[in-house]
Amino acid sequence: MTITTLAQLSADLDSGKISSVELTQHYIDRVDNSNHNAFISINKEQALAQAKAADDKRASGEASSLLGVPVAQKDIFCIKGTQTTCGSKILENFTAPYTATVVENMHQHGVVSLGKTNMDEFAMGSSNETSYFGNVINPWSSSTSDTTALVPGGSSGGSAAAVAAQLAPAATGTDTGGSIRQPAAFCNLTGIKPSYGRCSRYGMIAFASSLDQAGPMTHTAEDAALLLNTMAGFDAKDSTSLDVPAEDFSAQLGDSLEGLKIGLPKEYFGDGLDADIAELVENAIKEYEKLGATVKEISLPNSELALPSYYVIAPAEASSNLSRFDGVRYGMRTEQYSDLVDMYTKTRTEGFGDEVKRRIMIGAYALSSGYYDAYYAQAQKLRRLISNDFTAAFKECDVILGPTTPSPAFAAGSRTDDPVSMYLNDIYTIPVNLAGLPAASIPAGFTKAGLPAGLHLITPYLQEAKLLNIAHQYQQATDWHTQAPQSVSNGGQA
Amino acid sequence: MALDNKTVQDIARLARLSVSDQQAEKYRGELSNILDLVAQMEAVDTSDVEPMTHPFDATLRMRPDAVTESNQREEFQAAAPNAESGLYLVPKVID
Repeated sequence: MTITTLAQLSADLDSGKISSVELTQHYIDRVDNSNHNAFISINKEQALAQAKAADDKRASGEASSLLGVPVAQKDIFCIKGTQTTCGSKILENFTAPYTATVVENMHQHGVVSLGKTNMDEFAMGSSNETSYFGNVINPWSSSTSDTTALVPGGSSGGSAAAVAAQLAPAATGTDTGGSIRQPAAFCNLTGIKPSYGRCSRYGMIAFASSLDQAGPMTHTAEDAALLLNTMAGFDAKDSTSLDVPAEDFSAQLGDSLEGLKIGLPKEYFGDGLDADIAELVENAIKEYEKLGATVKEISLPNSELALPSYYVIAPAEASSNLSRFDGVRYGMRTEQYSDLVDMYTKTRTEGFGDEVKRRIMIGAYALSSGYYDAYYAQAQKLRRLISNDFTAAFKECDVILGPTTPSPAFAAGSRTDDPVSMYLNDIYTIPVNLAGLPAASIPAGFTKAGLPAGLHLITPYLQEAKLLNIAHQYQQATDWHTQAPQSVSNGGQA
Repeated sequence: MALDNKTVQDIARLARLSVSDQQAEKYRGELSNILDLVAQMEAVDTSDVEPMTHPFDATLRMRPDAVTESNQREEFQAAAPNAESGLYLVPKVID
C-alpha cells in the first residue's frame, strides 16, 4: 500500500478516470469504516453536493488543479451550516452561520470539504487528548488498546490521522506553536506552517491571535504547494492578513539545490533529542549534501527562552479570546443559574476542559493588574530577541534544518499528568511561531521502533515557494513520505 | 513560583471559572509548574528591547468608512442559547 497524492487525483479527475462524486464517496466510506476517531463530523450531503457541482463544472470545460478533490477540514474552521466545535463541549451544538475565508478560498477553487477533523480543545494540546470528542489513534500505532495506542500529535491530530490513514488525501491544520508540524512528524506527513498572515484567520476560531496560522497537511511537498495555492491570499476581513501579491507556491519546485546554504542550529541538537531521530536528521543532512547543499553550524542563542515566552503570550491571548464564550451569543449555556455571573461561571466551568482552564487561568494571571510588565510585556521583548536570532542566522544560511520534535509519537496517557512535559514536545517548533516565519515538517525516516520522524525546515519570511522546493527535492531523492502504515490496507481500521 | 490555593481561587474568579477546593490543590501544583517554566524569563535584561507585537511590525490598516455587511441578525441569533425579538436574553442584572 502506498500513498495517493492530490497531484495524482487531479490527473485522474482530469482524464475522467474517476468523478469527484465517486472519489468523495470513496473517502466517506473509508471514514465510516475507520476507528481512528479522526473526524468529529461529516456533512455527507454537503460534501457530495460540492462534488456534484465540481463534476458539473469540469463537464462544462472549467478546470483548476484541485477542482473536485476532497480535503478534510480541521474543526477549527467555521463552515456555514455545519457543526463547528473546535474540539470543545462549549461548542458541541454550534452551527456556524458563515464560512472561514481559507475554506471559502478552497471552495472557490472547487475543493470539496470532506468533513471536520478532531483536534485538541481550542487547539490547546500536543496529543489530541484534550479533545472533548475523545482521543485520536495514530495510524502508525501497532495496537489500538487504550494504553498502547499512540497519539497522533496535536493539536491538528485528527487531520494528521485522517491523511495518514488515507481517510482523506489531504487536510487543513492550524499551527500556533507546532500544531501542524508536530502531528505531521508523528504521522509521516508533510505539514506547512506559512508565514504569519499568509492565510486569513477570519472564521478560524482564535486561540492566540498573534501566532495562529493555517496551513496544509499532505503526503508530499508538491501537494502542499497545490493546497496552499488554494488557501492563501490577502483578506480585508483579517486585520493581520498580509497584503502581498498572490504567488504560485509550486513555481520553484523544479529548482536545483546546488549551492543551497543549510544552517544547523546547535541548540536544536542538544540534550533531550531522541538518538534515533538525531541519526535520521544526520542522514537527511547527508542527502541534502548530495543534492548540492552546503552545511554549517549556526546559533539561535535565545532558543531556550522560546518556551517560557510562548507560555505567557499564548495563554494571555487565549484568556482574552476565550472570554467570548459566556453562554450569551453562541455555544452552550448551563441549565441552572442564580444570576448573570453565576451563569457565566457555570457555563464556562461545564463547557471547558482541564487544559483550556489551565491556560485561561495562566493568561488571566499574567494579564492581571500589576503583572502585565513582568509577564506579557517581558514575553514580547523576548519574542523580539528570538526573532532577531533568526534574522541574524539567515545572514549566514538560506534555510535552517533540524528535528521537528525531540521524540517520536508517544503512548496515549503517558504525558497527561504533567502539562510541562507535554509542552516540551514543541520546543523546536514554537520559536518559529514567535518569529512568524514559514516552516515545514517532512518525513525523514523511521526510528528503530518503526515510528515516523519529522525533519524541520525553516526559511525567511514569505519564502514558502523556496521552502516547498527544498522539501520537494528531498522527496525526489527519498521515499520516506510514500510509506503508509499497515492500517491503511485494513480498509482504514487501526 | 509557588501559588497558594487562595490565589488559584482569585485567578479562577477573574476567569469566571469555578474551582472546588480539591481542584484548587491540583491546579495550584500545575499552574505553579508552568509559572516555574515561565520564570526563566526573569533572568534576561530586556531594558533596551522593544516588545514585538506582530511578526512584521505591521500597524492596523485603515479602510474606507463604507458599509460592507448586510443585516444578518436573525441568522446570527439562531445560534444563541436564548434570544427573542432580536434581543439576547440573560438573567436580570438590575432590580
